[in-house]
Amino acid sequence: MRRKNGIVLELNKNRTLFMMVLPAILYFIMFAYLPMAGILLAFKNYQYNLGIFGSPWAGLDNFKFFFTSGTGFIVTRNTILYNFFMLITSHGLAILIAVVLTELHGKWFKRVSQSIIFLPYFMSWIIVGVFVYNLFNDETGVLQTVMKALHMKPVSLYSLPSIWKYIILFFNSWKWLGYNSVVYIAAIAGLDEECYEAADIDGANVFQKIRNITIPGIMPTIIILMLLNIGRIMRGDFQMFYQIVGNNGQLFNATDVIDTYVFRSLINSGDIGMSAAAAFYQSFLGFFIIIFVNFLVKKYNKDYALF
Amino acid sequence: MSASFESARMLRDRAQIGARRSGAIVVFNILGYSLVSVAALLCLIPFLMVISGSFTSDHAISNYGYSLIPKEFSVKAYSILFRYPEDILRAYGVSIFVTVCGTFLGLFLVSMTGYVLNRKDFRYRNVIAFFFYFTTLFNGGLVSYYIMMIRYYHLKDNLLSLIIPGILNVFYLIIMRSFMSSIPEAISESAKIDGAGDFTIFYKLILPLSKPALATIGLFIALEYWNDWYNAMLFITSNEKFPLQYMLYNMLSESESISRISATANVNVQDMPTQSLKLAMAVIATGPIIFAYPFVQKYFIRGITVGAVKG
Repeated sequence: MRRKNGIVLELNKNRTLFMMVLPAILYFIMFAYLPMAGILLAFKNYQYNLGIFGSPWAGLDNFKFFFTSGTGFIVTRNTILYNFFMLITSHGLAILIAVVLTELHGKWFKRVSQSIIFLPYFMSWIIVGVFVYNLFNDETGVLQTVMKALHMKPVSLYSLPSIWKYIILFFNSWKWLGYNSVVYIAAIAGLDEECYEAADIDGANVFQKIRNITIPGIMPTIIILMLLNIGRIMRGDFQMFYQIVGNNGQLFNATDVIDTYVFRSLINSGDIGMSAAAAFYQSFLGFFIIIFVNFLVKKYNKDYALF
Repeated sequence: MSASFESARMLRDRAQIGARRSGAIVVFNILGYSLVSVAALLCLIPFLMVISGSFTSDHAISNYGYSLIPKEFSVKAYSILFRYPEDILRAYGVSIFVTVCGTFLGLFLVSMTGYVLNRKDFRYRNVIAFFFYFTTLFNGGLVSYYIMMIRYYHLKDNLLSLIIPGILNVFYLIIMRSFMSSIPEAISESAKIDGAGDFTIFYKLILPLSKPALATIGLFIALEYWNDWYNAMLFITSNEKFPLQYMLYNMLSESESISRISATANVNVQDMPTQSLKLAMAVIATGPIIFAYPFVQKYFIRGITVGAVKG
């Protein structure tokens, strides 16, 4: 009773503040929390006229179909492997560029090259899709032109699914290179200047300084970013996969992640039950991974914990 | 004698270390400058190719492929697109409307919410912050979101369905909150003693002080709206409500949209420069970003550094 009074009193005292935060609360209720009720769909046989709550229960049939058809396993494996390797390639490259850029002295060169490297971040994935088409399409693609000029037998990349993982990894690193390197440049800028001066006096060369000061110095940032990204390992970057791969069905086995699979089963075949089951499975697994990662972060450094 | 010998050896050692060091610097500079140059070229060349391709005749593209400098210069693609520019202008209008409305509404909500979450005397701020944060950990998935938007909120083919999804984002709330924690609390307190209401304090005092954060987050939001095609693909069905990026996407993926252009521009479908038309559309859809790019880049860098770790 007293506790309830406390809430009423507090809301009364800070009425305006509460009104100010109310729109955001309503927004998240309407567009994030109420749709969570939709996870019920994973256990239902959805019928449009009956709505989410009226449709009959289907038990675990939706999940059964998702996994017994074999796709469940393939898309899970793809999602995890793609995210894992993207993490390594994109951050590895960004660290390399950040370390090198901070050690170079040409001011003009640094500014111009950093601006150019940042450029892809500003483009939509559709434009990246245009590049991919320009490079690899079977009639006029740059690759075909080059192979023709070298008198090689032209090969259609769309019949070689195994190559596409490298293409996807490349374009992912390429698009995020500017963004990620800014993060690391900021981390390097925060390191203690005196360490470098002391190293200079001791006669350390630039490689030794990078290995012994810069890399250990940004290690905490690297580890935290890695852990945070592992928390998202179940989520595929839908826009990237969708625009790079397009509707080339022969590539799906090698390039489908949970997100593209859910989207296609929803839009093309209208299989609401199974898409909901896949999304449910993705969200739950992802949730537990985040909880686990947060536990690890807390052990490593309390300040960086998410909650 | 021995002292001068000692110092001579020291000098020689110093010189050796210096030589080794300058050798390392030369090697590092060669490697470093070439690495960064290659990376920058890889980031630049695709854009140059798209621009060049949009000014090349289709004949040259299908015979020689794409090149960095147009083999046969032609503005046919642009002249066809702009012969009857209604479609493109309308798509521009939709994109601009969605971007402007979404950015202003979003900034207002993000800053107002961020301010409350930072007010130490608001007792439930941490509970509410976690209530927001939880939505990034767990979500209902695309299917239920889609059904909610269409069946319960009736937002199919409504421009609101393009604006709503990007308006509030927990990441921006975190950036805003951490920026506002750098504004001295004494400002709010003394204004309160002078009898100002909470909203007045926020609107008249805090908002003007938050200009750097507003600029940075505003750019993040605006870029997201401008580049969005996904929400249009999910929710928009009628041509006249297509934003620019989705119009481009349709031109790339559906041959009907090319024939629709050929009908409005009175050009035979066989004579349409299909390849360069797509590239010209890509240039048109990206145009404003390229022009704004040099001015906005530094704000993005600021935002990324603030939100770097707590993403």
